[in-house]
Amino acid sequence: MIEFFQHLVNGISVGTIYALIALGYTMVYGVLKLINFAHGDIYMVGAFTGLYISQMLDVDERPSLAKAAVVFVGSMTVCGALGMIIERFAYRPLRHRPRLTALITAIGVSFLLEYGFQLPPIGNGAIAFPPGPTPRFFPEPFRRVDFEPLGIHISNYDIVSLGVAVGLMFALQFIVYRTKFGMAMRAVSFDPNIAALMGVNVNRIIAWTFGLGSALAAAAAILVAGSRPTINPLMGLMPGLKAFVAAVMGGIGNVPGAMLGGLLLGLTEEYVSGYLLSSYRDGIAFGLLILILLFRPAGLLGTMRPEKV
Amino acid sequence: MSLTLDAIRLGARSTLPFLLGVPLLWLASSHVSSFVEIILITAAINIVLAVSLNVVNGLTGQFSLGHAGFMAVGAYTSAKITMAFRTTDILALPPTVSDQVVFLLALAAGMATAAVAGFLVGMPSLRLGGDYLAIVTLGFNEIIRVIIENTAFLGQATGIAGVARRTNLIWAGTGVIAVVAMARRLAGSTHGRALLAIREDEVAAEAMGVDTTGYKVRAFMISSAFAGLAGGLLVHLIQLCTPRSFTFVKSIEVVTMVVLGGLGSVTGSVAAALVLTISLEALRELQQYRMVMYSLLLIVLMLTRPSGIFGSRELWDMMPLRRRRSALPDGGASAPSSPLDANADEEP
Repeated sequence: MIEFFQHLVNGISVGTIYALIALGYTMVYGVLKLINFAHGDIYMVGAFTGLYISQMLDVDERPSLAKAAVVFVGSMTVCGALGMIIERFAYRPLRHRPRLTALITAIGVSFLLEYGFQLPPIGNGAIAFPPGPTPRFFPEPFRRVDFEPLGIHISNYDIVSLGVAVGLMFALQFIVYRTKFGMAMRAVSFDPNIAALMGVNVNRIIAWTFGLGSALAAAAAILVAGSRPTINPLMGLMPGLKAFVAAVMGGIGNVPGAMLGGLLLGLTEEYVSGYLLSSYRDGIAFGLLILILLFRPAGLLGTMRPEKV
Repeated sequence: MSLTLDAIRLGARSTLPFLLGVPLLWLASSHVSSFVEIILITAAINIVLAVSLNVVNGLTGQFSLGHAGFMAVGAYTSAKITMAFRTTDILALPPTVSDQVVFLLALAAGMATAAVAGFLVGMPSLRLGGDYLAIVTLGFNEIIRVIIENTAFLGQATGIAGVARRTNLIWAGTGVIAVVAMARRLAGSTHGRALLAIREDEVAAEAMGVDTTGYKVRAFMISSAFAGLAGGLLVHLIQLCTPRSFTFVKSIEVVTMVVLGGLGSVTGSVAAALVLTISLEALRELQQYRMVMYSLLLIVLMLTRPSGIFGSRELWDMMPLRRRRSALPDGGASAPSSPLDANADEEP
């Protein structure tokens, strides 16, 4: 029974991370119908930005909660800007070309980030950039305290990250469904041409959607990097792919669906690998994806739109 | 009478490339140094990969990202078979002949299993169309890797070492002839017309009575089979079969070749595979910049010339003589527009 609850705790903590990343995929897919392959790598950039900011603030020597907040917000801001820059220079020129073109470009951007970050550092500055292929230690922003209520292992990191993730999701829910920007975003997602006719600045909405999604990915990255010891330039590949699977499971383009899909994927992975096939962990997500596509191609919360000619 | 003539013509068309090509390859292989031979074989394997992927990504207009996964299926199947028959001579043939026969059977078996894998992956995802194929094939690539790394029979992460060296210039060259002949003959056939129709407008094709899913799945199976062939050739060249040779990165390399050459152009894929393989060999010291260059190439190409170097034209479409002949109706009705020009008015 204790094992069951331990898996539950682990599954939720992994699932919220998937959900945060999946939100970026699903929002971008909603407005552009583009699988932003580079999203997982923006997550990686978020972790490294966090590392650089903490090095500048000397978090390693004198950790404090205020610095942790600066690292968190700083990384989200940088990644949000990066997402907007990528959209502006790589995707916007291709907006009116077929979707395949943008998909290939997205793969290109993804690989550029992954392998660009693996290059040896340029110059001999205090901060080595690019970081190179070796894994780096991420400083702990505050002291780790472990609890064992009823034999279940929980740390204060798990609690903080769950709280922050859930808070961010509520904030996003508010932005998407209760603000003018969110309304414009949903309008663009429904039909960009009609939205433009109604006075929505489509370019700006798409740019901010990228920014928002990328900032959420950076938040996920800091939450993960804070509790796991090392980060590396390829760390975004697997979480990125799995988060995409989570978005498809929930119904791509659907914001609550991405959260549900992320949690479901985290829990499934944890239980299946915990009880049945521990070493097949990375394959579970894709097996699940194929099953979902077979039986419910629009995802759990998505609705199938008939194709019109 | 005409039936037999047709049969002869058909047979000749299928076998002529091999009858002409194999002696040439045999001649060439006895004249090149082993260093050049290895580069040529690597290029040949990449050509098989690029041309076969082009059948799905270029001709049919779908987007597969897991070519290396099918390569792995073919590679492990053929490696297992040649390992099993390493010491036995089948049919009491002399050892050298027996080895070649076993290799041929192993490659064929690799192609068959890869095609079966292609069917299993293609069936659920090709029904949906769009971007799903990309993500499912990518996922399949990962699943294959995870399965291999967890199966003792397949050597887990270390892989199968000590695979016999069977691939030579003749085998690899025959593979190239086979894949190019397949792609050209396919493009000109009824099947190929159906694939082009699907690429240009899937809904219209369906309305015209084309069984879109069936054609897509069959094209995908053919493409997977040739990926399996390339995998078999590769492991019998490097004499080692590990999951590291068949990662997502390998799939992207093949995609880069296809996109660079032009989606839908067989000769474009051949040229791109040749150029990339040889230039990478020449720039060995810049190995760490390789993937960065690939990714920049992809981005710049998509932004400036999304149809690739050749577009969907073939090498001979660009020759002056040919152009004059095909320029009669509307600048070459035989050359369909690139898949990237089709559906341009789709939702942004």
